[in-house]
Amino acid sequence: MNNASSSGINGVAEGTGPPPPAAAVAAAIKKNSKRPKYSKFTQQELPACKPILTPQWVISVFLLIGVVFIPIGIPSLLASRDVVEIIDRYDYECIPEDMRNDKVGYIQNGNSEKSCTRTLKVPKDMKQPIYIYYELSNFYQNHRRYVKSRNDVQLRGSGGDDGSDTSGCDPESSNDGKPIVPCGLIAWSLFNDTYKFSINTQELAVNKKGISWKSDRDHKFGSNVFPKNFQSGKLIGGAKLNDSIPLSDQEDLIVWMRTAALPTFRKLYGKIEQDLTANQVITVILENNYNTYSFSGKKKLVLSTTSWLGGKNDFLGIAYLTVGGICFFLAILFVIIYLVKPRKLGDPSYLSWNRNQTGQL
Amino acid sequence: MEQDRPSHSDLPNPIYEPPLVQNDWTTSSVSVRAGSDRFGASQKEISDENSRLVYVNDPVKTNEQLDLGRNSIRTGKYTVFSFLPINLYEQFRRVAYVYFLVIAVLNQLPVLAVFGRTVSIIPLALVLTVTAVKDGYEDWRRHRSDKIENNRKVSVLVNGQIETKRWKDIRVGDVIKLGNNETLPCDMVLLSTSDPAGLAYVQTINLDGESNLKTRYARVQENVFSGGAGMIRCEKPNRNIYGFLANFEVDGKRLSLGPSNIILRGCELKNTEHVYGVAVYTGGDTKVMMNSSGAPSKRSRLETHMNREIIFLSLILFSMCALVAILQAVWLKTHYDDLDDILFYHKLKYSDEYTDGEKSYEYYGIGLESVFAFLSSVIVFQVMIPIALYISLELVRVGQAFFMVKDGNMYDEATNSTFQCRALNINEDLGQIKYVFSDKTGTLTENKMEFKCASIAGYDYSNMEDDFQGDYSSVSDDGEVWKPKVAVKTDPKLVKILNAGGDTEQAKYAREFFLALATCNTIVPYIVDTPDPNLKLVDYQGESPDEQALVYAAASYGFMLLKRSAGKVEVDVLGQRHTFNVLGLHEFDSERKRMSVIVQCPDSKIKLYVKGADSSMLDQISNSDVNMIEMTNAHLQDYSSSGLRTLVVGVRELTTIDIDVWRNSYEKASMALLGRGILMQRVAVDTERHLKLLGASGIEDKLQRGVPEAIESLRKAGMKVWVLTGDKQETAISIGYSSRLLTSSMTPIVINCHSSDSCRLNLRNAMETLTTSSSREHALIIDGKSLLHILDRNADLEQDLFDLATSCDVVLCCRVAPLQKAGIVALIKKRTDDMTLAIGDGANDVSMIQMADVGIGISGQEGRQAVMSSDFAMGQFRFLVPLLLVHGHWNYHRISYMILYNFYRNALLVLVLFWYVLYTGFTLITAITDWSTILYSVVYTSVPTIVIGILDKDIGRKTLLKYPQLYGSGQREERYNFKLFFLTMMDTIWQSVAIFYFSYLAYGHSTIDMSSMGDLYIIAIVILANVHLAMDVYRWNWVAHASIWGSTIATVICVIILDSLPDLPGYWAIFHAMGTGMFWLNLVGIVVAGLIPRFIVKTIVEYFWPDDIQIAREYEKFGNSTEIEMTNMLGSDRSRN
Repeated sequence: MNNASSSGINGVAEGTGPPPPAAAVAAAIKKNSKRPKYSKFTQQELPACKPILTPQWVISVFLLIGVVFIPIGIPSLLASRDVVEIIDRYDYECIPEDMRNDKVGYIQNGNSEKSCTRTLKVPKDMKQPIYIYYELSNFYQNHRRYVKSRNDVQLRGSGGDDGSDTSGCDPESSNDGKPIVPCGLIAWSLFNDTYKFSINTQELAVNKKGISWKSDRDHKFGSNVFPKNFQSGKLIGGAKLNDSIPLSDQEDLIVWMRTAALPTFRKLYGKIEQDLTANQVITVILENNYNTYSFSGKKKLVLSTTSWLGGKNDFLGIAYLTVGGICFFLAILFVIIYLVKPRKLGDPSYLSWNRNQTGQL
Repeated sequence: MEQDRPSHSDLPNPIYEPPLVQNDWTTSSVSVRAGSDRFGASQKEISDENSRLVYVNDPVKTNEQLDLGRNSIRTGKYTVFSFLPINLYEQFRRVAYVYFLVIAVLNQLPVLAVFGRTVSIIPLALVLTVTAVKDGYEDWRRHRSDKIENNRKVSVLVNGQIETKRWKDIRVGDVIKLGNNETLPCDMVLLSTSDPAGLAYVQTINLDGESNLKTRYARVQENVFSGGAGMIRCEKPNRNIYGFLANFEVDGKRLSLGPSNIILRGCELKNTEHVYGVAVYTGGDTKVMMNSSGAPSKRSRLETHMNREIIFLSLILFSMCALVAILQAVWLKTHYDDLDDILFYHKLKYSDEYTDGEKSYEYYGIGLESVFAFLSSVIVFQVMIPIALYISLELVRVGQAFFMVKDGNMYDEATNSTFQCRALNINEDLGQIKYVFSDKTGTLTENKMEFKCASIAGYDYSNMEDDFQGDYSSVSDDGEVWKPKVAVKTDPKLVKILNAGGDTEQAKYAREFFLALATCNTIVPYIVDTPDPNLKLVDYQGESPDEQALVYAAASYGFMLLKRSAGKVEVDVLGQRHTFNVLGLHEFDSERKRMSVIVQCPDSKIKLYVKGADSSMLDQISNSDVNMIEMTNAHLQDYSSSGLRTLVVGVRELTTIDIDVWRNSYEKASMALLGRGILMQRVAVDTERHLKLLGASGIEDKLQRGVPEAIESLRKAGMKVWVLTGDKQETAISIGYSSRLLTSSMTPIVINCHSSDSCRLNLRNAMETLTTSSSREHALIIDGKSLLHILDRNADLEQDLFDLATSCDVVLCCRVAPLQKAGIVALIKKRTDDMTLAIGDGANDVSMIQMADVGIGISGQEGRQAVMSSDFAMGQFRFLVPLLLVHGHWNYHRISYMILYNFYRNALLVLVLFWYVLYTGFTLITAITDWSTILYSVVYTSVPTIVIGILDKDIGRKTLLKYPQLYGSGQREERYNFKLFFLTMMDTIWQSVAIFYFSYLAYGHSTIDMSSMGDLYIIAIVILANVHLAMDVYRWNWVAHASIWGSTIATVICVIILDSLPDLPGYWAIFHAMGTGMFWLNLVGIVVAGLIPRFIVKTIVEYFWPDDIQIAREYEKFGNSTEIEMTNMLGSDRSRN
C-alpha cells in the first residue's frame, strides 16, 4: 500500500489537464496501453492433457498392475524358496547349565570357559558362496545414544594423525586422558563371538575378506588410522582390535559400524567358499563372549545361500502376488460394475441442477 | 468573490449524502454550507492545546518553541542499521515463525540436539532471508523515490527575495511561490493568487484520483512581500483530507479558514499563473502522507478453517510426542536394572576421570529423560504443523494474482486499466461468494449522463433525433467560434420554439428553463484549443456528471455557459453574450435535496433559480396552473419509470425587499461561529419557496456493457445479488428491469414504511405473501427510510428483515445512505457464514467495501476512494463474472487442494518417522538423514505443490462460464471441509504404514543398515507424495510435468549428493541400495500398495457419485460427441416445461 501512495505522491499523473486532440489521444492510448500481452501462459491456456478416469483407463491400470506384479511375485517367491538357510540360536544353550540363573555374571566373568560346540545339519544342498551371519535381536543399534556415539572424521583420519578429534564419542572418547581410536560406543561394543566350522573334523575355511563395503574400506576408514587405547578402560564392551592393523583393514569393525536399521539384524561374519551337500553335519566351535544377556537379546548363527533377491524372505513375493491378485480381481470387478451400472461420461443431464429440474417436473 | 459550487454530486441522487468523507472542496464565504458535515470540525473552535501556530513568513519564530520538522519524507521503513532488528521483529510477529524459532532453539540444547545444529536452522534461515531480501529491495526502492522527491526544487520567499530551495528544506511558516502545473511540496494555506479574485485551481488526481479541477481561493489577497504579517492557528496534523480548520489573524482581524483555503501536498496547480502560500504541514505531517497507510488486512475463510485443522494436527502431534515419551519411560523402567550394562545404552561412565565408575553418563533419571524425549519428539515431528504451507500460500497467491492481473478478459479498454489485486490474502474467497452487494451508479451504470427528455411548462419534448445533433456555437467578438465539446441530441420542435423567439408562453418558459440549467450549477467552463485556430471547444468541468449533462444540453439548445469568474457568469443566450451577476448560491444538501442560485439578469431583475429532486421541489411550487403541475408530474412518472434520473426546475423572482431580507439573514448566518451550517440551511429554505415551476428534465444513466448478462450469470451461479442505490424507487426498479435483476416472473415485494411498528407489520405481511404466493421467485424492494427503522438497534426487526431478504431471490434497496449500505452488509455477515462481496465505485461505497468479506472497487469515474479501500479493483462490473466464476473458482479449488495436500505431505513424513521411532527403543532417531528430514518440506516437495497451486485448472474457462452453477462447489465448501481432511489423514496413515511396514517386513532379518533404509524411506515418501499429487492433477502441461518429475529427480540427486560425503555416516549407502533388486521391488511395491486405496476410492466416487465438477470435466473432454444429444435433451426439457 505504501508503494501505491508514494508513487502517487511522486506525481505519476494520468489524464491530467485539458485533453489533447483526439488523434494524439488514440496514439497515446496505444502506446501506454496496459492491455496484458496475450500469451498462452498468461491466459492459462497452455496445451495440456486432461486425464479422466474412464472405465477403460481404470481397468487397464488394474490389469497392468496385475500383469506386472504377478510375474515379479512368482520368481521372487521362488527365489526365496530356493535359498537354503541354517539358523541356530545359541545364546541360551551355550551357557553351562549351572550358570543359567546368572547369565550376565557368567558372560562378564573374564575367567570362565566361553567355548561352546554346536552341530548343524545341512538340510539341502548349498551352493557356494555360503554366507555366515550372526543375528542379534533386541539390540538397538539404532538407539539414539548409540548411533550418535562415533566420530567419522577420526575414523577417516582426516582430522590429523593422532585421532584427537573425539567429539561426539562420549562416553567412550578417551581413557587416562588419551583419545581412544576408534572412539565411541559403536566401536566399543564390537561383536566378539567367534565361530570355527568343521565337517568331520575337517576344518571349513572361512573367508573374512571383502565382507564389508568397498566404499567404506576405501574412503570411510583410514588406512593410516590405527587403533589406540582401544578397550583399555574399566569396562570392556566387546572385541579388541589389533593395534598394528589400520582401520581400513579391520573388516569386522567396518561391518559392525554400519549400524543396523532395525533392532533385529544380521551382520556378515564371513563366507564359506565351498559347496555343502544335504545331510552333512557341521560342527561349530564358538566362543560365546558377547553380552546380550543384560537386555535379553538373542544370538543366532546363520548360514545362508543367496539369490538374486538376497536372503530367505517370502514377504516380497507374497506381497507382490497379493497386490497383483487384488488388482486382477478389481479389474474384473470394475468390468462387471461398468457393465451392470453404466454411466455416460460427461452427460450434462447428470449435473445437479439438471437432475433437480427433472425431479421437479 | 462569491461564486461557488455545491458539494459533490448533487441533485440527481436525491438522498445522496456526501460520502463519509465530506467532499466540499469549495465552500466559499457566500455559500450555504450543508449541515451534514460528519466531522463537524469547522463548527468547533480550536483549543490551544490542539492547535499549531504558524507565523507567516517567519519559520524561525514558528519553529521556536517546538521544531515542527522539515519537509523531507521517509516512506522507507528501515535504515541501514535498523533494518535487521526491525525486519526480524516484524517477521517474528507471525506465530508460525515463532514456532519455528522455538524448535530451532530447543534443538540447540545439547540434550535435545536431535538434528545437527546448523541443519535445524536452515529452513527458518531460508524463509527469513527470502522475506528480508524482498522487504529490503522494496525499501530500497522507497528510499530511492524518497530521495528524488526530497530533492525537488521549489521557490521560497526568503527575506523578501525568491530563492530556490529543495523540498526537504521547507519549514513550517515558509512562504512558497508556485507556478502553473507545479506540484505542491507540502500542505499550505493560500495567501494570494494571480487571479484578482484569489482563485486557484488544483487537480487532486494524486490524492483521490479525481481528475476534474477543484477551486481553491485565498481568504485574503495578502501582499506577501510586505513582510511577516499574520498568524495562522490551525489544527494539529490529521489525516482527514477533506477537512481543515484554522483561524487567520491578520491586521487585527480574525478570519476563519476552511478546507477550501488549503492546498495539499501531491496536488498540482492548474490553470493558475502563480500562487503564494504558507506552509502549515510539512513532511510526514502532510495529509497525503498521513493517509498513506494500507487497507485493513482481511483473512480468508479458508485460512480460518485451516487453522481449525492445524489445531487438530497440533493435538495429534502432542499425543504422538506424549506417547513416545511414555513408552520411553516404560522402556527405561523395565530395563532399569540393566541400564548400566546394556551395550547400546551405557548408562555409566567408566572410563577416565570417573574412576569410581559410578557417574552416570547423560542420564537424568526416568522422569527427565521422558521429558527430554517429549521435547525431542516435538523437534523431530515438528513438520506435522506445515510451516512451509504459510510461505507456499503466499507464493501461490502472488502467482494467482499475477494471472488475474494478466487476464486479457478483465482489461478495460475505456479506462486503460487492468485488474488490480490490492489484497493478496483473500484470493480463494472469490470462489465462495454467496452475496453480492452492488452499488448502482457507476457500477451497474456508466455514470455518463445523457440528457434525454425535457418537460417544459407541461409539454413533453423527448423526441431526441439522432441526426439532429445540437451544433450550436457561439461566435466571440474577435471571430473565434466556440463550440461545446460534447454535442447533445436535441428535439427539433423545442429548438424551433427557442429559435423562433416570440413571446408565446411556451417560448418564455423554455428560455427560462434553459437559462436556469446554464446558471444554476457549479460547472467551470474550460476553453480548449483545437488544431483550427479559430475553433475553440468549451469543456465543462464539474464534479457531478448530471450537472455536466444538463449544461451540455443547455449549450446545445443555445444557452451556452462560457465563463465563470468571481461573482459572475457569462452565458451566450441564443447568439448574444450576456453577463449575469451571481449574488448567492445555496449548495446542495441531502436534507433539502436541491440547490439554488440568485442571479441578477442583464435587465437587473433578480431571480432565484432552483433545481432539485421532485419530492423536495413540488412542495415549494405555487403555480396557479394546476394542470401544468399535473402534466409535469405525469411526465416525471414516465421518465423515472423508463429509468431516467429526473430533476425539477423552478424559478422565483425576488423583489428588492426579498433581497434585503435574504442578505440580512445570510450575513448573520455567515458571521455565526457556532452552527453556521444549520443557519445557512435555514436561510436557503426560507428563500427557496413560492417557486414557479418551469419544467423537468430526464437524464439517462446508461447501463454498462454486459451488465444484464453478468447479473444473470451471477444469479445462476447461486449468488444473491443485492443492489443498493441512492436512487429513488422508480428509477431503481426500472434499472433493475433493464439490468435483468428483476424479471417479469418475479413477484415484487415492496416495503415502504415510516415507523418501526409499520415496518414490523409490513415485514410480517411480506413474509406471509412470500410463503403463500405461488410464484417461485421473489424480489424485495425496500427503501432507505424503512431500513433506517429496521436497522436501528432493533434486533427482532433485523431478524425479520434477514429472514425475508434471504428468502427472496433479489433485493433492491433504494435511497440508502452510505452507512446504511455497510449496515445491510453487516446484517448478512452477522447472521450467516456466507461470504459477502461488495462492489462499488464511489466514496459512498467505501464503508460497504470495507465491511464485506471481499471488497471490489470499480476504477471508474467517481474518483479513487473506492479503489483505495478495496481488495480488488477493476474497470467494469461485468468482469465480476470472469473474476468469480473463473478465477475465484480456480483459486478456491487450487488453494483448498493445496492445503489438504500440504497436510498430507508433511504428515506422511512425520508418520514414517514415528513408526520408525517405535523400533528404536523410543529414542528420537531418524533413519532419514537430518538434511533430508529438514529439506523435505522446504525443498524436496515444495515446488510441485506451489506450481500446481498456481496453475492447475479443474475446468476450463469456457465450461465455467457456460455453467455458472459450477460455482456452487465453492459456496458449499465442497473442496475443503473436515470430512475431506479426515479422509486425507486416513489415507496418509495408510500410505505411511505402507512405506514403513512394507520395507520392515521385506528387510526383516537382513543386514540392512540404517542409512540405506533411510534412503529408501525418503525416496519412497517423495515419490509417493509426487505420484499422489500427480493422480490429482487435472491438467498436465509442461510446467506440471517439469515440476513434479523434476522435484522427484532433484530429490534423488540430493540423496546421492548427501551419500557422497564421506563424513556423513550414510556414505555410499544409496549406491549399495540401488544396486540391489530388493530396493527397487520395495520402492515399486510401496508406491503401488500405498496408492491403491486412494485410487479405488477416487474411481468409485468419480463414477458413482460424480459431483458437478467431475461431470463438467468429462463433458469438457468427451462433450463434443454428446453435444447434439445434449441440445436435444435440453430442447425436450424445455418443451416439457
